[in-house]
Amino acid sequence: MKKPRFLNLGDSALTLEFGDRIDQQLVSAVSAFDTRLMQEKEAGRLNGVIETVPTFRSLTVIFDPLVISRSDLQGRLLLLLEKVETDNRQKGRHWRLPVCYGGDYGPDLESAAASLGLTPEKVIDLHASQTYLVYMIGFLPGFPYMGDVDPALHMPRLTEPRVRVPVGSVAITGQQTAIYPWESPGGWQLLGRCPLALFDAQRSEPALLGPGDRVEFQVISEDRYQELVEQTLENSLDFSQFLHKEVKT
Amino acid sequence: MTPRLKVVSPGTLACIQDRGRFGYRRIGVPQSGALHSDLAWVANSLAGNNADTALIEFFFSGPTLRLEEGALRLALAGDFSAELIRDKVKRTLNSWRTITLEAGDTLQIGPVMSGKAGYVAVSGGLDLPDVMGSSATYLRGGFGGIDGQKLLPDSPLAAAGETLDPGPDQQLPRSSDLASLGLKQSASEQDLPTCIRVILGPQEDYFTDAARQDFLTGIYKVSQESDRMGSRLEGPILVHHPDKNPEIISDGIVPGAIQVPGNGVPIVLLADGPTVGGYPKIATVSSVDLPRLAAMPPGSQLRFEAISPEAAESLLRSHRKELAELLSSVEPLELTGIVDMKAMYNASLISGVMDALEQPDVFEPPEIHP
Repeated sequence: MKKPRFLNLGDSALTLEFGDRIDQQLVSAVSAFDTRLMQEKEAGRLNGVIETVPTFRSLTVIFDPLVISRSDLQGRLLLLLEKVETDNRQKGRHWRLPVCYGGDYGPDLESAAASLGLTPEKVIDLHASQTYLVYMIGFLPGFPYMGDVDPALHMPRLTEPRVRVPVGSVAITGQQTAIYPWESPGGWQLLGRCPLALFDAQRSEPALLGPGDRVEFQVISEDRYQELVEQTLENSLDFSQFLHKEVKT
Repeated sequence: MTPRLKVVSPGTLACIQDRGRFGYRRIGVPQSGALHSDLAWVANSLAGNNADTALIEFFFSGPTLRLEEGALRLALAGDFSAELIRDKVKRTLNSWRTITLEAGDTLQIGPVMSGKAGYVAVSGGLDLPDVMGSSATYLRGGFGGIDGQKLLPDSPLAAAGETLDPGPDQQLPRSSDLASLGLKQSASEQDLPTCIRVILGPQEDYFTDAARQDFLTGIYKVSQESDRMGSRLEGPILVHHPDKNPEIISDGIVPGAIQVPGNGVPIVLLADGPTVGGYPKIATVSSVDLPRLAAMPPGSQLRFEAISPEAAESLLRSHRKELAELLSSVEPLELTGIVDMKAMYNASLISGVMDALEQPDVFEPPEIHP
């Protein structure tokens, strides 16, 4: 594997920078090395490594410098890098997530369509016809950074970010799309809303999506949206219905 | 009988913390945990707990707690005193000690005199649910601690067990140099900018030479905009390199990372901060200095000094060793009936008098009757 740049993130973390673009190849490289490190850690061969954080283009390795020195860790990582090949096979799950587009659910749909010179229907069609890769989870718990959005839908962030983006909002900016797992401030363009809880601290797997997952959006009606919201509140939702049935290889 | 601690008043901002939540940054969950991890360690150590036991963290004015039932030992760490109301008699206690409460006792804690954080540990810990391996409160996400919330009046605080036959209360030796360990600040130190050691990077090359120079020579002030997620600093504006974008493709963040957005105003990200970010990070605070920086109140002045990661590692090693030595010297709080003259001169006349007021402790029976 091509050697990444080693950047100092304080005395207890190293960021291994594989590149500086949003690129599926880079994500594959990061993911392959992350998987390798996790295997080493689980096998008890990476004492002192606390956790790793995969991002679009880098892997941050957080360690306890009183257990493993920076130089020892760097040496171990360099050795492991020699043994890892980028695996471009698709891993992760394939989701089809319900989205109610437009109206109060997607307050920016009309203005986005107008500025793109498209009809709102065309925007929905372009957004929902793509399969997106989850590049990384971060910023807030469970927040999925996904791409790539059709070039015809590339939009800048809002000039005035919203103070309050409702939970579940499906949004775009540039080549990226995301679902807000929390109510939070935000500057992305809101097209619709997904009724599923993307993050729940009480679940055994708190984050619904993980890096490497693929996501498609399915257009649903307002009634169906409300129905799913109720089931979410009752905790009676079976998430497997939103997984693509795929032939196992 | 399980002791029940009632929150009479929660103080300004108190919540449950522990060492933090590890292994979940990959799904965007921050570490959380005590902002001043050294003080939390002191409190837990005095209480006879493991270093990762959940405890109460508070900023500025502390909570007022009443023990409803049972007997319970608490430990206080931070630069504050507390008022114990027992049998309608009020006594002032210094921190850096334990106090074994009897049923009906009320303890008014704080305010903090230097720094902003104080810690109250409960011997044997608190009975709290485990959320992703930790009881630390993550206020932004609404989980951990007590229902993901800060302490509120009447928040349920159930001790994990009763303090039985605790023996005499414990204290740090009064000769301890708490200021040199970053556990408190003397009045003279508070007027000077605190030196915070940093490791440059990971994106120091996104700034002009002049900006890097300004960063390392200027004096910064902690702004009002500071909480458990981060502290915005006021001081020299840091100019990004003209060849570089003031934004990066998001990469990993750890507590202590100093992010500089396009406006050039640095923000130190802390325990509850985001896991990834899209602004260049000029430097990252050393682990040895992060606790004291994280607990600096608004208005505090600081300056940065760049050191190598290797130097930071050895500073951390010797700091932990000194702290462990201090904690191994914890002694029973037994007063001889005479005021400790050395302590009076070392500390202040007031705290000497406070200690004299504590004398009734000696005459309490070791066995506690609820």
